Amino acid sequence: MPKPRRLKLAVWKFASCDGCQLSLLDCEDELLAVADAVEIAHFLEATRARVNGPYDLSLVEGSITTPHDAERIQQVRRSSRFLVTIGACATAGGIQALRNFADVREYLSVVYARPDYINTLATSTAIADHVTVDFELRGCPINKRQLLEVVSAFLAGRRPVTPPHSVCVECKLAGNVCVMVAHGTPCLGPATHAGCGALCPTFHRGCYGCYGPMETPNASSLTNWLHKLGMDDRALQRIYRTFNANAQAFREESEKHDP
Amino acid sequence: MAGRSGNGTLPLAALTVDGLQALLQAFRQHGYRIVGPTVRDQAIVYDDIESVEGLPRGWTDEQDGGRYRLTQLGDDALFNYAVGPHSWKQFLHPPLLRLLSVERDAATVRVVPEIPPTQRFAFVGVRACELHAIGLQDRILLGGQYVDPHYSARRESTFIVAVNCGKAGGTCFCASMNTGPKVEKGFDLAITELVGEGPHVFLVEEGSDAGSAMLDEVPHRAATQDEIEAAQAVVARTAVAMGREIRSGDLRELLLGNLEHLRWEEVASRCLSCANCTMVCPTCFCTTVEDTTDLTGDHAERWRRWDSCFTMDFSYMHGGSVRASARSRYRQWMTHKLASWIDQFGTSGCVGCGRCITWCPVGIDITEEVRAIRESPATTEGSS
Repeated sequence: MPKPRRLKLAVWKFASCDGCQLSLLDCEDELLAVADAVEIAHFLEATRARVNGPYDLSLVEGSITTPHDAERIQQVRRSSRFLVTIGACATAGGIQALRNFADVREYLSVVYARPDYINTLATSTAIADHVTVDFELRGCPINKRQLLEVVSAFLAGRRPVTPPHSVCVECKLAGNVCVMVAHGTPCLGPATHAGCGALCPTFHRGCYGCYGPMETPNASSLTNWLHKLGMDDRALQRIYRTFNANAQAFREESEKHDP
Repeated sequence: MAGRSGNGTLPLAALTVDGLQALLQAFRQHGYRIVGPTVRDQAIVYDDIESVEGLPRGWTDEQDGGRYRLTQLGDDALFNYAVGPHSWKQFLHPPLLRLLSVERDAATVRVVPEIPPTQRFAFVGVRACELHAIGLQDRILLGGQYVDPHYSARRESTFIVAVNCGKAGGTCFCASMNTGPKVEKGFDLAITELVGEGPHVFLVEEGSDAGSAMLDEVPHRAATQDEIEAAQAVVARTAVAMGREIRSGDLRELLLGNLEHLRWEEVASRCLSCANCTMVCPTCFCTTVEDTTDLTGDHAERWRRWDSCFTMDFSYMHGGSVRASARSRYRQWMTHKLASWIDQFGTSGCVGCGRCITWCPVGIDITEEVRAIRESPATTEGSS
């Protein structure tokens, strides 16, 4: 079968730690296959060589935190046929969205010697709050297997298999003993989107919610149970305010627990 | 393996702990993979065991809604606990199973179906409720027009050593569902553990020709009349110590007559839709099928995995999910399990094992939900 033209892949960074794009470089065994399947046209973390757009597939990492980035994401959208956001920053605003619950000017005055050099927005927001997003891949960081699945699905013209159910399903598929029921360990798994393969519960830790809210989260019911397990308002607010603090279900739940 | 139906005859043989060990050795010699209860991660799970040393000697469990704790009694008992987080469907109806792979080259597309395994299981420590659950899955996956070859290959060569329960768990209600605690049928051998007063022995009932043949290979003696009476007392004690109960006779009419009951909304406010109840349920059998391709597009695989009526994808049709609310999903699960299952398969889909209660992260209790509807039937949104 004749090989079609290689599709052009671009990777873009906004406010982020780079961990999600590193997941692509972390695909050591599959990296050559990726480079064979797509033309890596723009990926500054991997190479300074750049090919101009338009691009068939853009992977967008990071959140929008500056006026400049708010404009840049519009350009990325215009030059991208298919735009996929990767990671908690791009899909929910990331850990830096903690600023949304505070006064960013106060932060600036405390952190920077010359706050007047800093041109930033009052909030950190998801890419989808600014442009149309074709697919969102969750995680902090994303799971590289899921990233390969998204790219493979795009190449095959099918929907990626990244189920939006709870982490609990992944625990049960793996045969894990529930850390909350059997150990009394607080766990966000029942309200959290699957994808990590239940990494923390597999190692007897509660889920930290790195993949954000699952498809139909019932955070308030889970919170009631976590409270019974001994968590106070401060702890409850903090557990929902990590990497996905600005994801709607987690944000709304955290706001109920101002100490 | 085929089982003779229990005819009420009493256990006839007695095995010592060494005799039980000899039985496990006999399984190994016959090439069985032995799976039984063992302690892992602070729970009694089902996993490979090598010998009686792998069994949870001296351990028991405390169970309640959303709570499971393992405690050590330090006695010699090997089976003094209720069912844990796993069920035998893990082995007979695996959570993840590749169904086929597809290879493509320049000229051809080749489909390679997954070959069912030839490994034979020996299950040790199957409870009465679990035998009923296996029976239900047999009916669903083997009994109809479409037979699941993967289940069939695993199931038909499985040797079952059942255990009469010496302890009712805090969330057990098999006595209400008429599924225990005494094992009645569907086993090859069934044992009752006698421990504490007198010598530590296991009384053995033979349930099949394969069971009898296996028993003949290990040292045993005839049980005494005292031992037989003691074994009867074990299940009798367990039967009256159930942690939960459901009045089960009219469940179908009760639930199907209350589809708009306000309780569905109330339970939905607590339900997490996390799917744990369906994953731990020994009769839930639903699966989904996922197709994946690799980067080259020359290799594809089709996998089957456990699915749940609590996920949105489960009822997804063109345009969206039919059961979009937690209320509709919980109601679907419970009414299917306790009511419409009867129309579909002839019996209730619940065997009273209590797993859905214990392993619900927020302790939702199916027996309590039934009670709530029973106590205020026909309370509908329109009439209240």
